[in-house]
Amino acid sequence: MPTPTDPGATTPGDRAGGATAAAAGHATRGTAPIIEFRDVEKRFGDNVVLKDLNFHVNKGERVTLIGPSGSGKTTILRLVMTLEEATDGMILIDGDPLTHRIEGGKRVRLSNKEIKKTRTRIGMVFQQFNLFPNMTVIQNITESPIHVLGQSKDEARAKAKDLLHKVGLDDKADAHPSSLSGGQQQRVAIARALAMDPEILLLDEVTSALDPEIVDEVLGILRNIADTTDITMLIVTHEMQFARDVSDRVLMFDGGAIVEDADPHTMFTAPTHDRTKKFLRAVLGEGQIGTR
Amino acid sequence: MENQRQPWNWDLAFEALPDILLAFLQVTLLVTVVATLIAAVLGLVWAMIIRLAPQPISGIVKWVVSFIRMTPIVVQLLFAYYTFLMFDAIPIGIVVFGIHYSTYMSEVYRAGIDAVPKGQWEATTALSMSTRRTWTAVVIPQALRATVPALGNYAISMFKDTPFLLVIGVVEMVNAAQIFGGNNFRYVEAITLAGIIFLLASYPTSVLVRRLEKRLAYAY
Repeated sequence: MPTPTDPGATTPGDRAGGATAAAAGHATRGTAPIIEFRDVEKRFGDNVVLKDLNFHVNKGERVTLIGPSGSGKTTILRLVMTLEEATDGMILIDGDPLTHRIEGGKRVRLSNKEIKKTRTRIGMVFQQFNLFPNMTVIQNITESPIHVLGQSKDEARAKAKDLLHKVGLDDKADAHPSSLSGGQQQRVAIARALAMDPEILLLDEVTSALDPEIVDEVLGILRNIADTTDITMLIVTHEMQFARDVSDRVLMFDGGAIVEDADPHTMFTAPTHDRTKKFLRAVLGEGQIGTR
Repeated sequence: MENQRQPWNWDLAFEALPDILLAFLQVTLLVTVVATLIAAVLGLVWAMIIRLAPQPISGIVKWVVSFIRMTPIVVQLLFAYYTFLMFDAIPIGIVVFGIHYSTYMSEVYRAGIDAVPKGQWEATTALSMSTRRTWTAVVIPQALRATVPALGNYAISMFKDTPFLLVIGVVEMVNAAQIFGGNNFRYVEAITLAGIIFLLASYPTSVLVRRLEKRLAYAY
């Protein structure tokens, strides 16, 4: 069982740049959970994916979820993005219920309008990019800033160009996604998510569908975003080095429950649980724990 | 009696041509084009109601659409003609053809909508897109791309069904040819011409549809 005071104690000392942002973020860490899971259960029919899950993520924190496939990591991100709804318990975003509230001891679903309001604070990047193939790159990025946030076309385009510059795709604004490589598509997807100015960014195995040599270009961009912004990030990844570099905290999952909750240094050098040790040995290779 | 023994009479063919062409332009083409437009729009409406409307509305629409699809167009033409006596036969023909084919097209749209990958829907949720934008900016454009060829084929098939308009007394091209034949005691020329005009109109349309299909495939 994780305790709320653990996470704030770890300082991401190795973070280059954005020191002020990180420091500012730290002032609120430990006191203000932006994501909170309370006794969350998720089942698909008889298959219980998450059971009585309790954990929270503080404002500005970067938390990575690791664990074997089928342990419920992706389901957690999908619950926060409201792509799935919990079958029991509740999720709070910045103190407000996300999809269900408890009213007189009863669990009541919020109206779609209420859910939508919270949802705009959250962004997600998918394993399969999910860009809209019928739109150009810039249309993909400006669609929601214009139609959801009500930005003017010029404003949204200027911001999109800025973001494209950040992800190194200045010349691709008018290209269609199908003409881009996987890595480029994922960079556009990152820009598209950031264009909505999310407070929470969910990264769901964003490099798993990419060729190995392209993985670093995408991770480099995410590292840069982590360094220069104070967006809260919830990350599912198999890239342990990235998890180690970017996270404030790592949660080890197995069978829909948290097995271990620690800062990356402890998690990767001195994990306490046998299950974690076994998992890390399998992913990092024999004898790798503590040497990387 | 020489007239009867000749296999083909060119003079008669040229004499028949204006009547047949006129019927083609005034009825066959008009009905096909207008009814195709009606079918293309209504088909999408049915598909969206079935997909989006709450029960029992979606269930009722689904049932009505299947019912129309599973009864012959001749029966529908006669039913509409004798039910709505205040309307002329041609508008009735257009509406009946439009509605009849809209039920087929709604199936095509449904398949096109189902073919939009789940990840696209999830992206619209992750971007907080409204239901309206989700459909108009993402789902329909992608679904249409898959449906254009099928819609074109239904238009051609409707075109070839237009002679059924005879049952409600509309003189379209084939019926005009038959009348001409009756007046001159020779049917071969007029009916052959009608067939050739069908071919001349259908073939370019099908080529056009195929080309459109290819273009859409390369569009993105």
